Amino acid sequence: MSFCVDKLCCVRGNTTILSDVSFELATGDCLILRGPNGIGKSTLLNTLAGLAPQGHGTSTLDPDDIAYSGHLDAIKFQLTVAENLQFWAGVYGTNTVASVMQGFGLTELANRPAGNLSAGQKRRVGLARLLVSDRKVWLMDEPTTSLDADHTALITKMIDDHCQSGGIAVLSTHIDLDIKNAQTLELSQFKPEQARNNDVFLEGSF
Amino acid sequence: MLALFLRDLKLAIRTGGGFGLALAFFLIVVMFVPFGVGSDLTLLARIAPGILWIGALLACLLSLDRIFQLDAEDGTLNVLATSPIPLSGVTVAKSMAHWVTTGLPLTIAAIPLGYLLNLPSIAYAWLFVSLFIGTPALSFIGAFGAAITVGIKRGGLLLSLLVLPLYIPTLIFGAVTVIKAVEGSNPMPSLMFLAGLTLLSVVIMPFASALALKANLS
Repeated sequence: MSFCVDKLCCVRGNTTILSDVSFELATGDCLILRGPNGIGKSTLLNTLAGLAPQGHGTSTLDPDDIAYSGHLDAIKFQLTVAENLQFWAGVYGTNTVASVMQGFGLTELANRPAGNLSAGQKRRVGLARLLVSDRKVWLMDEPTTSLDADHTALITKMIDDHCQSGGIAVLSTHIDLDIKNAQTLELSQFKPEQARNNDVFLEGSF
Repeated sequence: MLALFLRDLKLAIRTGGGFGLALAFFLIVVMFVPFGVGSDLTLLARIAPGILWIGALLACLLSLDRIFQLDAEDGTLNVLATSPIPLSGVTVAKSMAHWVTTGLPLTIAAIPLGYLLNLPSIAYAWLFVSLFIGTPALSFIGAFGAAITVGIKRGGLLLSLLVLPLYIPTLIFGAVTVIKAVEGSNPMPSLMFLAGLTLLSVVIMPFASALALKANLS
């Protein structure tokens, strides 16, 4: 499978954040989005996921292929780790919870309420959801936030394995991840030239 | 959708789920009425249908903002929006769960509370049936209001202002059903209207809510 993004514009309100973003990804590819804070990494991921409204341009990414992981972990504190993952397995219609927890070192945490976990452990539960969902294209917004070195390596390997087995990953990060076949996309180049002065009230004031 | 429905039920009865809140509010409101208006039994019997319906409606309103707000705060709503369940399906599952944890307990609690207000015995069956048929509309219309205000922190006031006018038809036909039964005339026509209102909200509201959620996602 593959998908192609052609001259996509990302908008927030009336402001164009990124313009003419183009790239093409095929099976096994991993795309790493780089750029300074506020450049629009999250906005691009949200636009690809269909959460943010799309400006001009086209994306051939099928919404039914996406697994999305944002800044928030999307876990319920009142439920246990196993119940959280079981819920997502129910939503996506899969039954791989036990093996995913095994692979992620979550088995001993299975019966802990998710609210008692540390930030890094919550993150792992949030990322385990991607494996449970069994989707082809992973969209991940800074997946390694609050993870220690060992678990960053584990996540890197998980993304690597996903791509090796025919998946695609698009992620934003500020640290260097050791992923084979990874392409890097610097988003500063897509910044619209007149990012300022688009406020009708301030037009001409500067 | 079943997974989401069951999860919402589970969350409602766990700590901080707010399951008992609406029920406790309903009990308090109805039990305070005799203290407020005095113990005139004929007067109480006359106002009982209205009090019970208004109490149930306000109690339902209390728990509406939880329908989407909690899921929006921890990012679950964003993931649900990219999941195989369409947003209208998400709304249906959540409205149903809200009804089972709010509307249904209120319907059952209304029976003993009717006794407290000296409701004539002929009207109990109609009270139960009218609440049973009418409260799903409260949940589905309420979910629509909750979907519109999901992006707003502490949006409870706006939510009430949006939802209460939409509740008025349900309140009128629900209360009239019980009043007719008390008076001994035929409550069936108003019950039919009530059922029609519920069916209309069940059909339309999930789609309206889905549009509102879509606009509020970030």
